[in-house]
Formats: sequence, structure tokens, C-alpha cells
Amino acid sequence: MSDVFVPPPTIAPVAPAPSAGNGSTAGGRVAGSAFGDRIYQIAITVFALCVPVLLLLLMWEIGKAAWPALHQSGWHFLTSSEWDVSEGKFGAAPAIFGTLVSSAIALLIATPLAVGVAIFLSEFAPKWLRQPVAFLVDLLAAIPSVVYGLWAIFVLVPLLREHVMPFLRDTLHLGATPFFSGPAYGPSMLAAGLILAVMALPYISAVSREVLRAVPRSQREAALALGATRWETIWDAVLPYAKSGIIGGIILGLGRALGETMAVTMVIGNRAEISASLFAPGYTMASLIANEFSEATNDMHLSALMAVGGVLFVITIVVNAIARWLVWRVSREARV
Amino acid sequence: MTPMEERHDAPYRSVPTPIAVQRAVARPGRLRRRRAVNTVMIGLMYVIALITSLPLLFILWHLVKAGAGYLGPEFFTKMPKPVGESGGGMANAIVGTLVLVGIASVVGLPVGIGAGLYLAERKGKPLATAVRFLSDVLNGIPSIVMGIFAWQLLVRPIGHFSALAGGIALGAMMIPLVTRTTEEMIALVPNSLREAALALGYQRWRTSLTVILRTALPGIVTGALVAVARIAGETAPLLFTAFGNQFWSTSLREPISALPLQIFTYAISPYDDWHAQAWAGALVLIGLVLVISLAARFATRSRFGPAVD
Repeated sequence: MSDVFVPPPTIAPVAPAPSAGNGSTAGGRVAGSAFGDRIYQIAITVFALCVPVLLLLLMWEIGKAAWPALHQSGWHFLTSSEWDVSEGKFGAAPAIFGTLVSSAIALLIATPLAVGVAIFLSEFAPKWLRQPVAFLVDLLAAIPSVVYGLWAIFVLVPLLREHVMPFLRDTLHLGATPFFSGPAYGPSMLAAGLILAVMALPYISAVSREVLRAVPRSQREAALALGATRWETIWDAVLPYAKSGIIGGIILGLGRALGETMAVTMVIGNRAEISASLFAPGYTMASLIANEFSEATNDMHLSALMAVGGVLFVITIVVNAIARWLVWRVSREARV
Repeated sequence: MTPMEERHDAPYRSVPTPIAVQRAVARPGRLRRRRAVNTVMIGLMYVIALITSLPLLFILWHLVKAGAGYLGPEFFTKMPKPVGESGGGMANAIVGTLVLVGIASVVGLPVGIGAGLYLAERKGKPLATAVRFLSDVLNGIPSIVMGIFAWQLLVRPIGHFSALAGGIALGAMMIPLVTRTTEEMIALVPNSLREAALALGYQRWRTSLTVILRTALPGIVTGALVAVARIAGETAPLLFTAFGNQFWSTSLREPISALPLQIFTYAISPYDDWHAQAWAGALVLIGLVLVISLAARFATRSRFGPAVD
């Protein structure tokens, strides 16, 4: 960019109002300029205020709608696993559990891959490979969620049902553990976790790459000069420096995974049960809303779904705030 | 650790001890092992790079394989056929997506660009800091939450689903994206340009709109296109707002169809014919999103030189 705009040496500070000098000769224009400036200031301030207003409105509306259910169920809303619409019992624990477990699976799979590819791209990829690989990974973020869902239903789930699940359970004898036991239907927590992993990958890798790029060159050169191999340089000198930023990226990916709706709804099986087995169908908060909202007829059911939305909102805000703070800390350190 | 060693450490804040050196000095016989680890790990990184490159290729390949056969002129011009009749297209969904994206842009772009201008021009003010933080918060809100919010605000009081509600939900999702890119792009405009304009007697608002905004325009266009590409594929905010429609409708007050909604409905249906249509629809949607994304890259490239990787 610098070849387009080379900022010339600083010009003397400019007088705040260019109209001051010719005020007497063109009074009308001066008034006009002050007027125009004021309108402009007001306009952009109003636009800026739209952001907080929108958020407040969102919290107010969802809070208001969620209140009856939260009031009725109290803490049971978060801890009870009984979600029975006809009985009027709303316990969101299975959905909260499903959200956390599917996101955890996603991060377990996506993190090594995303950080690995970020290291590859920033540390030693040959130039001709760098662009295409970065392109293929980045573009994953551009694919709509519903397309992931479609692909997962017709490619990933059959693959899991016919090959991966029997392999894990029988060939590797993991069926003895509670995590890989039970019948292999296909739509499952595992399927949701896998598709979420693919979806979180570009976010984690983009942040990691940025953070790795912020690690000063001297850090690498020093390690190399001390006789470290290239891998030791990365492992001992570069990664520790970038650690908290990478963790920030992972948490940002977590924020994405927690709120992801369509792809998960299409493959998780949608059953409000807590099961240790990854082969069993489950529910996430987002998929619960997506599934039941348009069929909700009574007000308490609607209110309970709004409350699920509210809980999801709070969780993602907390997670995102932590992530931003970690990334911000690294970029601040890099600037010092 | 002796004070001497500590001084050596000082420049490398995050590395407690030059471990590599310790290892080399302590066990010179291990050099071969260290080299082996190096080779293995670098090899592993290549493998990981290969693995992470594959999903996109797989998905695109399946899309083309399953969807391309159904793509013909009919797909773009015909209405969906009822179950059992083969053929038909998604003309209404394609138009619906364009309508929704249009409404979203009308809502999201002015607010986003205006807020971005504010953030760039009032950098240090507490309100600017707060707005910047809150727009990040807004950006992190799950799309389904935005959907139920729009339902509660725009569908429940009115009593029926509408294209307008869907478009506004999408527009709200665009705001934080556009705000941040606008701010970043304006920050890249050198201050001397502003000073020059002011020195020539331009009023502040004219300076901002005709000099600063204009200079930053290609970047802002890129940001807007990226935002459009992102919301064009959104489904969750539309489930309870635009709702979908099997018939032709461009009325803003009626439920409207959209490509992502149609793909979702068809994908979870039990009919093979609809599945094939869903693949074709997904191919069109991906095509739309990729074209917009590539246009965004191109918009940056043309003005600012080669895009940064």
C-alpha cells in the first residue's frame, strides 16, 4: 500500500476551520459550512449509536421474551435435562451439554490442523505453495453453513455410518469405552463435531497466521543462531511468543462453533438426551431453537426457546470477549 | 540460574532459556535425533497442509458432481415443482435471495459506513471505544439469535412473516462487518490528504465525504462485498423471518423464498428429486458467494496493488 500513498513529511498543523479567514466576505458560506458540518457530525454519531442501540434492543427483547420461562423454571432451566413440551417442563441441560461437547470435539480436531497449517504457511512453506494453500483454507470460511450441512448429510454421515464408526468401534475395539459405544445411526454428536471442525478451521488458522506473523524476526534468528533446528526454532522460540494469541484464535473459533446452527441441525440427530457416546444423536442450543421455534405454539414453549437463545448469547459474548482480550494482548506486545 | 545467564535471556522475553543451546551442549550425541525430529515434524506440517487443503476441494467436487447435472437454464427460470414431478427450478429462491440481500444492503451499508466514519474520525473518544467494542460483540452474536430477535421485533407484533424482517435481520448482521472494514480503510488514508483538503478551504463534511471516503472507497467496497458474501448464504436468521415461500413473490410484506432456505428444506426432505435440486441450489449459492468474494479480492487488488495474502 505504501507505494500508492507515500505520506509526505508532516505538514504544519492545519487551522481547524478554513472559513475563519474569509468570514466577512462570504458570510453565507461560512454559516453553510458550520451547518453542513453539524449535520454531518450528527449523522455519523447517529449511525454509530445504532450499534449500541441494536445490542440493547436485542438484549431487551430477548430478555423480555425469555423471562416467563426463566421465572417459571429458575435454575432448573440450566440443570434439568427434562425437555417436555406437552408437560411444560423445560430443562435445557441436554442442549447446553450438546453445544459444549460438539464444540469441544470440533476444537480438538481443528486446533492441531489449523495451527499446523498456520505454522506451515508462516514459517516454511515454499512460495509457490503458500498462496494456493492459504486460499483453500481461507475459502472454507466463505462456504455457507447450509452447504456444509448438505455435504455432511449426503457425504459425511454415510461415510461415518458405514466406515468410520464401525472402524472405531469394532476394529479398534473402542466400543468398550462409553464414548464409542452403541449403534451407528450416522447423525450424531461425532458428525456435528467433525463438520464444526471444518467450519472453525479457517478462523483459527487465520488468527494464528496473523499472530505468528507478529512474532519478531529476531526471535527466530536468535534461536537459529544458537544452533536450534528449524523445528526447535518454531517450538521453542516462535510458538511460546505467539501462544496467547493462538489461544485467542482458538477461542474465537470456539465462539463460531458454539453459535453455529444450520450444519449442526442437519447432522446432529436432534434428540434431547445426554449420552456419553459420540455415536448418539444429541441437540445443541442453536439446533434446538432452529428445530422447534416455528412449531412452538404455546407461549411458554416460545419463551423457553427464547431463554435458550439468551443463554447462548451470553455464552458466546463471554467466549468472544476472552478471545479478543487474548489477541489484543499479543498485538499490543508486538507493538511495544 | 546465575545473574549472568539471566542477562543473556533478557531480549527473548518468552523463552526462559535458550533450550536448543542447553540441549546441544549437554548432549552433543543427540544431534542426529534432533535432526530426525526436525525432519519428521516438518514432514508432518506438510501432511497437515495437505489435509487442510482437502475439505474445500472435496466439498466443491461433490457439489459439482451432484449438482451440475441439474443446472440448466430451467433451473434459473422455472418455479419449483411439487413432489413427484421432476424438473422445475429455483427462480423464486434466486430472486428472493437477491431481494433479501438488497434490503440487507440498504439497511446495513449506510449504518456500517456511517459508524465506520465516526470510529475513524473520533478515534479517542469514549463513545468510539465503546462502539468499536460493541460492534465486535455484535459480530459474535450467533445468527440464530439474530433470527429470533428479528422475529420478536418484526414478526410477532405484525403477525406474519415478511421479506422485510428477513432483510433487516441480515442487514443487522452486516453492520459490524462493514463498520470495522470502513474504519480500517479510512485509517489507511494519509492524514496529509485531509490536511490538504482542509487547507484548500473544504468544509469538514465535504473533506470527509469527497476526499477521505473517496480515497478509501475501493477498500470499503471490498468490505461491503465480503459482508454481502457472508450474509447471502445465511439461513438461520431467515428461518423465522423470511420463512420461505413456494410461490413467486417479491413483495416485501409477504414471506419470501431464499436459496439457503430452499436448500435446507430440500436437503432434509425424504425425496431424491429434491435432494438433487438442493445440490444444484447449493452450487448456485456457492457460485454466487465465490463470485462476490473474488470480486472483493479484485476490488482491493486493482487499487492498492496485489492483495495481501
